[in-house]
Amino acid sequence: MANIVGVVTTKQGSVAGGAPIFYVEDREQLQTFAHLLEKVLDCAAHEVNKDLFIIVNRH
Amino acid sequence: MMLDWLQSHKDLTGVVMGTAFGMIARIFMLRSDYRQYPAYPHGKIIHLALGLIAGALGAVAVPALYNKDYTAITFLALAAQQFREVRNMERSTLTAIDNLELVPRGAAYIEGIAVVFEGRNYLAIFTAFLSSLCVMLVGWWAGLIAGGVSLFLAHQFMRGKKITHIADVEMVPLKLDGPNLFVGDIYLMNVGLDENREIIREQGLGFILTPKNDDAKVTIANMGQRQAILHDISTRLGVYRDDGEPALLPVGKLGLRTGKLGLLVLPREKDVDKAYAAVCNVPLLEAAVRMPTEANRKSTEAKHSG
Repeated sequence: MANIVGVVTTKQGSVAGGAPIFYVEDREQLQTFAHLLEKVLDCAAHEVNKDLFIIVNRH
Repeated sequence: MMLDWLQSHKDLTGVVMGTAFGMIARIFMLRSDYRQYPAYPHGKIIHLALGLIAGALGAVAVPALYNKDYTAITFLALAAQQFREVRNMERSTLTAIDNLELVPRGAAYIEGIAVVFEGRNYLAIFTAFLSSLCVMLVGWWAGLIAGGVSLFLAHQFMRGKKITHIADVEMVPLKLDGPNLFVGDIYLMNVGLDENREIIREQGLGFILTPKNDDAKVTIANMGQRQAILHDISTRLGVYRDDGEPALLPVGKLGLRTGKLGLLVLPREKDVDKAYAAVCNVPLLEAAVRMPTEANRKSTEAKHSG
C-alpha cells in the first residue's frame, strides 16, 4: 500500500494529521519544495490541487 | 564406398547423425534476439553443452532400444531431470538480475523464458531421436530428411505468438489535464511536478491496445503481460528514467469500462516507428493466456465437474 510521507501546501491550516506538513510561500516554492522532497525521499509528488502536494511512497 | 560403409554401420551413423541434428536444433533455437538474453558467452556455452548432451541422449536411445536394451529409457528420464534443473537455473538467474533492472521483466516473463529454455532441450532430444530412428529403420538418407524436417518443425513450433495476434496496437497522443495524465480516454496517473510533466510531454509515447476478443481482454489485463510489454520496449529503445524516480515509471493501465490497455512509455530514443514495432512484437506469455470463452462454452456448462 502507498504511504503519504509528506505534505506541502501554501495554505496554512488547510491540512492536518500524521504526515510531516511543510508550509511554503507560493506556488513556485511549492514546486521547488516538492521537487526536493521527491528526489530526497525517492518518492513521487502528486498534485491534489494547485496549492497542495502530497509525497507518496510506493516501495 | 563411403555410402556403403554408412549403410553397414547403422548404429554409429544413427548416433552421430542424431547427435549432430540435436545440436544443430539447439544452436538454431539459441538466438540472441532483442530480448538480449543469453547475451553473455558463458550463458551460451552452458546451453550449447546441454544441447549436445540432449542430442546425444536422444540419438543413443534408438540403437539401445533396437538392441533390446530397454533400460536405456531410464537415461531419458535422467535427461528430463537435468533439463528441469536448467529451468530452475534460468529462473533463479533472471530473478536475481531482475531487481537491478530499471524496468523489471516481472515473474511471469521470467517463468516464460525459463519454460522455453527447458522446452528447447526436449525439442533437441526429439530431433535427435527422430533422425536416429530413421537411420536405423530406413537408411542414412532418411535420417538426413527426418532431421531436416524436424528442424523446420521445431523452428515453427517455437515461434510463439505476439501481441498483435490478440490486440490492435494504436499510437495515441498523451494528454495532460492539469496533473492528470491520460492516453486517449484512459487515466494513467497524477504527475505533480512541472518538471516531470515536461519530460513526459517531450519523451513520452502513448499506446492503446484494443483486445480483439473476450479472451484477449483477460490476457491483456494480466499484470505479467503488461510488465513484459513495458520491459520489452525499455530494452529495445532504452528508458528515460533513473532509480528512485517513481514519477517517471512507464505504466500500463486498463480502461475499466472498455477493457483497453493504455500504455505510457518513456523511450530514451524517441523513434516512433521502432516503438510501435516493439509493442507489436512483444511475445504473448503462456502464463497470461486465458481462454474463458472455452471454459464457459454451452456444451461444458451443463456437465458436472469432477
